[in-house]
Amino acid sequence: MATEKIIMAGFGGQGVMSMGQLLTYAGMIENKQVSWLPSYGPEMRGGTANCAVIVSDSPVGSPIITGDATTALVLNLPSLVKFEKNLQPGGRLIINSSLIEKKAEREDVKAYYIPANEIANELGNSKVANMVMLGAYLELTKIVSVDTVIEALKKVFGPSKADLVPLNKEALSRGAECVK
Amino acid sequence: MAKVLMKGNEAIGAAAIKAGCKFFFGYPITPQNELPEFMSRELPKIDGVFVQAESEVAAINMIYGAAGAGARTMTSSSSPGMALKQEGISYIAGAELPCVIVNISRGGPGLGGIQPSQADYFQSTRGGGNGDYRHLVYAPSTLQEAVDLTIEAFDIADYYRNPVIVLGDGMIGQMMEPVEFNEPKKRDLPAKDWATTGTEDKRRPNIINSLALDPAELEKHNIKLDNKYKAMEENEVRYEMYKTEGAELIFVAYGTTARIVKNAVDALEAEGIKAGLIRPITLWPFPNKAFNEIPTAKALVSVEMSMGQMIDDVKIANNGKLPVHFYGRTGGMIPTPEAIVEKAKEILGGGK
Repeated sequence: MATEKIIMAGFGGQGVMSMGQLLTYAGMIENKQVSWLPSYGPEMRGGTANCAVIVSDSPVGSPIITGDATTALVLNLPSLVKFEKNLQPGGRLIINSSLIEKKAEREDVKAYYIPANEIANELGNSKVANMVMLGAYLELTKIVSVDTVIEALKKVFGPSKADLVPLNKEALSRGAECVK
Repeated sequence: MAKVLMKGNEAIGAAAIKAGCKFFFGYPITPQNELPEFMSRELPKIDGVFVQAESEVAAINMIYGAAGAGARTMTSSSSPGMALKQEGISYIAGAELPCVIVNISRGGPGLGGIQPSQADYFQSTRGGGNGDYRHLVYAPSTLQEAVDLTIEAFDIADYYRNPVIVLGDGMIGQMMEPVEFNEPKKRDLPAKDWATTGTEDKRRPNIINSLALDPAELEKHNIKLDNKYKAMEENEVRYEMYKTEGAELIFVAYGTTARIVKNAVDALEAEGIKAGLIRPITLWPFPNKAFNEIPTAKALVSVEMSMGQMIDDVKIANNGKLPVHFYGRTGGMIPTPEAIVEKAKEILGGGK
């Protein structure tokens, strides 16, 4: 692995920020160089949210991702429209097909369609749609191990929410199955 | 100590507490709000004091009071809030009190915007307050550096009895990176025998004051202050040289922008173009001597998130030797490595 530059985007409440933090945390646990940069500004509830995550073997230069994203995880339509152009040729575009009917426009990127909300609902909790997306991403890139993500999750949740770990683990694995 | 993943604003707060800061006074403003929020949560746990003041002017004068009592104290704000603090900073410099002031800056002038900007270079290095005063300005480029410099800032402030500014921007404040809180190296610091801690009838009262109506006395005071500033220029300059050896084109950039320029330098290197970066870590004192260490350079480019402020110091340091160019984005727009690469090619005449 050289450098993974990942854009994660959706609407507020879909957990894109925490999904990014989780990946960043896991990268740190595996002694990789990492950065997490959120969009910030005057936003309303339900408005757009995105973050840029870099996981690399060498020190992170600019934490901003402009036209050279290796992957974009888009959880809603405005995010697809906004960030498809930020992918480098050959990049991965992971689309939440539960909420996005539109297909990828670019032909020089690899598109994956994950019915993340449907899978999350099957698991009984729509909030883990982000973890389904992350699971697909991890399976495609193996950038960090799923075990490390679970370890990071335990640290982020703390002991009081330990009962949520199996659900999240299941969500990651269902996401992975979509791209196997 | 193990690495932890933190937001820049929180990491700076944690670093201050690590350095022994127990008193924080501030007023909310984006994009630095996580810093006072962190202090409001953490300081009570260590018997410290957090006060949300009624304004930035009040906060900086609370700093004046706490510093006068010998405490390690800090305030933070963002650009327009820093403008309001300038009077207090001048008084604190005049009264020779130590404190740390964090500016997580944003676009201006006026209220401006909330996105990253470096338009406070003049305000930080020239001083927005009145009178002949100077203060150290640290410009961290990574969160680890922000932590290390914040911890050190408290020692430097105590050592020189002078305010120290830590200047970041919205990106440094908002982003997350792993940081480590290492034990700071111990410095021999003079006792704070000037602090107004109560005489207990055992000594004459200490007086904290910046008023001096006798011109002969004030001149003496100004000369004393100037000697301190000269000592800072002598001892506290810091900078990083990145791939400057053999470089034809030398960028000068600090903070967030320096990270982007490093990407541009690497991209140019991949194309066989020799470029390097002088990264000032102290903006004041400016690393003039770094400009004597670039014998192969043919041109300089100051890259800033402003319309061109540091370029003045680049020209002073360069002293007319090389042509000095500028590239900048402003208002919260962030330069891209690609645009910087293009600028470099244009300057070197290799642009296609």
